[in-house]
Amino acid sequence: MTYEDSRPETMTILFYIGAVLAVISTVAAVTRLRIVHAVLWLNASFLSAALVFYSLGSPFAAMLEIMTYAGAVMVLFTFAIMLVGPGPDAALQERQWQPWPSWIGPSATGILLLAGFIFAIIKGVPGKTAGTSVGPVAVGASLFSTYLLGVELASALLLAALIGAFYIGRRNDSSDEKGDMQ
Amino acid sequence: MTNIPMDAALVCASLLFVTGLAGVLARRNIIVVLLSIEIMLNAAGLAFIAAGSRWARPDGQIMFLFILAAAAAEGAVGLALVLRQNHSAKTIDIDAAGSMKG
Repeated sequence: MTYEDSRPETMTILFYIGAVLAVISTVAAVTRLRIVHAVLWLNASFLSAALVFYSLGSPFAAMLEIMTYAGAVMVLFTFAIMLVGPGPDAALQERQWQPWPSWIGPSATGILLLAGFIFAIIKGVPGKTAGTSVGPVAVGASLFSTYLLGVELASALLLAALIGAFYIGRRNDSSDEKGDMQ
Repeated sequence: MTNIPMDAALVCASLLFVTGLAGVLARRNIIVVLLSIEIMLNAAGLAFIAAGSRWARPDGQIMFLFILAAAAAEGAVGLALVLRQNHSAKTIDIDAAGSMKG
């Protein structure tokens, strides 16, 4: 079933399902104490966001969300967790790090910011989505004509990140660390 | 054709962004802090996608692509820093980064 063939309410229902799932799984990802659980909830959040993107008529972005976020970034986090190697008492330590009062300030900040967002959205945002799908052909044509400079800059950024991650993450023994200090 | 209210899409993006912000502010585990930053970037991408969908233009998806590249770069460098700190300070408590002294 393609986007245009779907019945009018199908994509709207899909959007609300995806949005609710995304919010629930994101809250779970931020609050879980076991870090592997947090990463798995984050993966659920990314997959729900891909559903939201598709229901908004952006199939290319939905595919990239699954490939890059739910695929590549998640592998990166999994590798980091494996290399850091949280011990059996990691959850206990997390509980010591996160007593419930530590959430009061951040939650209050977040709720204030959310109130501001919602006020602005209710006051000023027009209308509804166009209801048409913008496929990969249109995105690619615009990306490699209008936004060509941005593509080059993004590739330079990725190369810089690659070199930076390689430099920061290189393994060195104590003699090298002394060299770094000076 | 199906028309989703812009309000709903933008409120969803705001909720995701605020959740990520609270995670960055509250958590001490440095990997979860990075994870919350990814959530915030993803929420910004969702707002761009909704705006692109509002006018049926590809520009929103292109901005999402750029956010994706930035998030991948940030994640790679950030996790390399996590490994670095875990190697030198033997902890993934983000407060331990305060002892770096310049």
